[in-house]
Amino acid sequence: MKLLREILFPLIAVVAAFIVGGIVVLLIGDSPIQTYKLLIGSAFSWPDGIGYTLFLATPLIFTGLAVAVAFRCGLLNIGAEGQLYVAAFAAAWVGIKFGGVAVAAPGAPPINTPYANLPMLILVPLCCIAAVGAGAIWGGIPGLLKAKFGSHEVINTIMLNFIAVALVSYFTQYHYKIPGDAIMQSAEISPKAHIARLGKFIPGLPERIPLNLAFILAILACIFVYVLLWKTKWGYEIRATGQNPSAAEYGGISIRKQIILAMAISGGLAGMVGINEVLGYRYRYYDGFSANYGFVGIAVALLGRNHPVGVFIAAMLFAILLRGGIFVDAFTMHVSKDIVDMLQGIVIVFVAAEAMFRGPLKKFGLMKKAKV
Amino acid sequence: MRQLLNMSLLFSTLRLSTPLVLAAIGGLYSERSGVINIALEGLMLAGAFTAASITFYASSPWIGLGAAIVAGVAVAVIIALACIRFKADQVVTGTGINIMFLGLPAVLSGALFLSSGSTPQIPRDQLLPTIYQFLERIRPSVFPDWIPSWRILTDVSLITLIALLVVLFTAYVLNRTPFGLRLRAVGENPEAADAAGVSVNKIRYLGVILSGALAGIGGAYLSIGQSSLFTRNMTAGRGFIALAALIFGKWRPVQTMLACLLFGFADALTIQMQGVAKLPSGEDIPVQFIQMIPYVVTIIVLAGFIGQSRAPKAIGIPYEKER
Repeated sequence: MKLLREILFPLIAVVAAFIVGGIVVLLIGDSPIQTYKLLIGSAFSWPDGIGYTLFLATPLIFTGLAVAVAFRCGLLNIGAEGQLYVAAFAAAWVGIKFGGVAVAAPGAPPINTPYANLPMLILVPLCCIAAVGAGAIWGGIPGLLKAKFGSHEVINTIMLNFIAVALVSYFTQYHYKIPGDAIMQSAEISPKAHIARLGKFIPGLPERIPLNLAFILAILACIFVYVLLWKTKWGYEIRATGQNPSAAEYGGISIRKQIILAMAISGGLAGMVGINEVLGYRYRYYDGFSANYGFVGIAVALLGRNHPVGVFIAAMLFAILLRGGIFVDAFTMHVSKDIVDMLQGIVIVFVAAEAMFRGPLKKFGLMKKAKV
Repeated sequence: MRQLLNMSLLFSTLRLSTPLVLAAIGGLYSERSGVINIALEGLMLAGAFTAASITFYASSPWIGLGAAIVAGVAVAVIIALACIRFKADQVVTGTGINIMFLGLPAVLSGALFLSSGSTPQIPRDQLLPTIYQFLERIRPSVFPDWIPSWRILTDVSLITLIALLVVLFTAYVLNRTPFGLRLRAVGENPEAADAAGVSVNKIRYLGVILSGALAGIGGAYLSIGQSSLFTRNMTAGRGFIALAALIFGKWRPVQTMLACLLFGFADALTIQMQGVAKLPSGEDIPVQFIQMIPYVVTIIVLAGFIGQSRAPKAIGIPYEKER
C-alpha cells in the first residue's frame, strides 16, 4: 500500500502535466496525440533512439541523485547547475594539463604546456576525482555557510550557480581557449583521458552515439546512494537530520556536520555530469553545455521520491521527452521542442502541490481518510 | 576609470536597474507575507512575452503593459494556489514555474509567429515611452526650451519613474498602513496575526499576487521598453538578481532599491568596460569578475559579514490554522 502511494502521486502528476500540455498543444493548433506519439515514441528505436535516450538520461540521473541526497538531509540543492559546471571544467583542466599534449594554434607557439604525461590508467581516474572533488567543494560551500552562519542554502546555491558560470567562463575565455577559436570552448583534453563509448562493447550500437561508460557510472551511483543512505551510519545520520533535526541533535548527531557532508556528497554527484560531458562526449569543456541539468534534477528527484530507483525511472522519463523534443520540432506544424521545458515545469509544480490530488482521490475511496 | 563615469553610465544604470527594482519590490510583497518567491524569473518572463505579443497585435504599449500585469497575476495565482492552498514547497514550486516559463513563451511564439522563441520586432513608436516622449505625446506645448539640459529627468523611461513611485508607495504602505502592518505580521508571526483576526492566507494571496503584477511590469519593461521584442530567456537571471537585491536590501523597500541600483551599476559597468577599459598592465579587465559582484555580495551579506540580513520569520512555512 505504501509503495502504491509512492508510485501513485508521481504518476498522477505526470498524467496531469501531460493533460495540461495536451491542452496547450490543442490550443496552438496541433494534434496532442500525434505530438505525444512523437515525444514519447521517438525514444525506442534501435540503436539511435535508445542510445541517445540513455545518453541524455545520464546527467539527469547524476543531478537527480544529487538533489535527492540533499533533500534527504532536509536541504534543497538548487546549485547542481553550478556544481556540474565547475566539475566539468575541473575534469577538462586535468585532462589538458596532465595528459602530455601541448595545445597550439596553427602556426603559434604552444600554450598550456602540460605539467605531466600520465598514463591512461591514472589520468582517467584523476579526471573523475577532479570532477567529483570540484563538485563536492562547490556544493560544500553553501553547506558550510549554512552550518556556520545559518544562511539559507537555497539563496547561496543560486548565487553560486552564477558565480560558477562566470568563473568557468573566465578561465575558458582567458586561459584555456585556443587563441582565435570563435567558440567558447577549451582546448581538447588528451586522448588518454577519454572514456570509452558503449558502442565499443555493444554490437549494433555505433560509436557515433555518445552513450559512454558514464552511464554505467550513473547506475553505480544509484546503488552507491542507496547503500549510503539506507545501509550506513552516515546515511542514517543524514536522514535523521532531514526528518527531525532537533531529535537528531538530541540523539548525538552533529547537524552541522551532516549538512556539510550531505551538501558535499550532493555536489560530488552533480559533478559526475562533468565525466559524462567531458571525458565521454565532447572531450573538451564547452561553455554553457548544460541544458538546465541541475534544475531538471530537482524535477527528477521529486518525481522519483528522492529514492535512487525512482530517480533512475524519472531520469529515463525526462530523457525520453528530451529525445522526443527534437522530433516534435521537426515533424509537427506548430509545436516546438520547448514544450519539453514546459512539461518539466508543470510536472514539478504538480508534484510539489500533490495535496490537490488528495481530495478527489479520497472521494473515489482510493485513499484512506486518515492519511491526509 | 574616469572616462567610464559619465552620463551614459548613469543612464544605463537607471535603465538596467528598473526591471530589478520592480521585480524585487514584487518579491518583497510576497516574502514579507511569508511566501518565498523564487519564481520572479518566471513571472518576468511571462510578463515580457505577454507584453511583446499583445503590443504586437494591439499596437499599443499600454494594452501590452496591462496584459503583462494580467499574465503576472495569473501566474502568481497558480503559485499562490500551490503554495498556500495546497501547501506545496515554495522553493520547489517557484523552480517549476521558472522552468515552465523557459518553455511556454517559446512554444507559444513558435505557434503564433512561426519563430523559434522570439516575437516580431515592434515599431519604435509603439514601445513604452520615455518621460519626454510621454509628455510630448499628451501635451506638446508643455515643453519650454530649457528641458533638454535636464535630459536626466526626461530621457529615462516612464517605467523607471513608475518604479521609483512604487518603491516610495511600498515604503509608505508597509510602514504606515494597516495593510502593511498585517502583511508584516503575517510574515513574522502568523499565529498572532490570526489570533488578532487577520486572515493569514488572504494576506498571503494578496502578497503573491502583487508580486506577480510588479514582476509582470518588470518583464514588460524588458521586452517593450528596453528592447523591442521578446527573446527566449530574455530575463537572463534578472529575477534571481532581484531576489539577491531583496536580501541585500534586508527586505526593506528603499534599501532594496539601492541594492538594485548597485547591481544595475555593476551590470552597466560590465557593458561599458567591454573592450574599453584596460588594467595598468594593458590587459583587458575580465568582465566575468564584475558580473560576479552581485552574487558574491549577496553571499557575504547573507553570512552576516555586512550587518545582519534577517528574513521574515515565518517565510517558507505554510500556515496551518489550529483546529
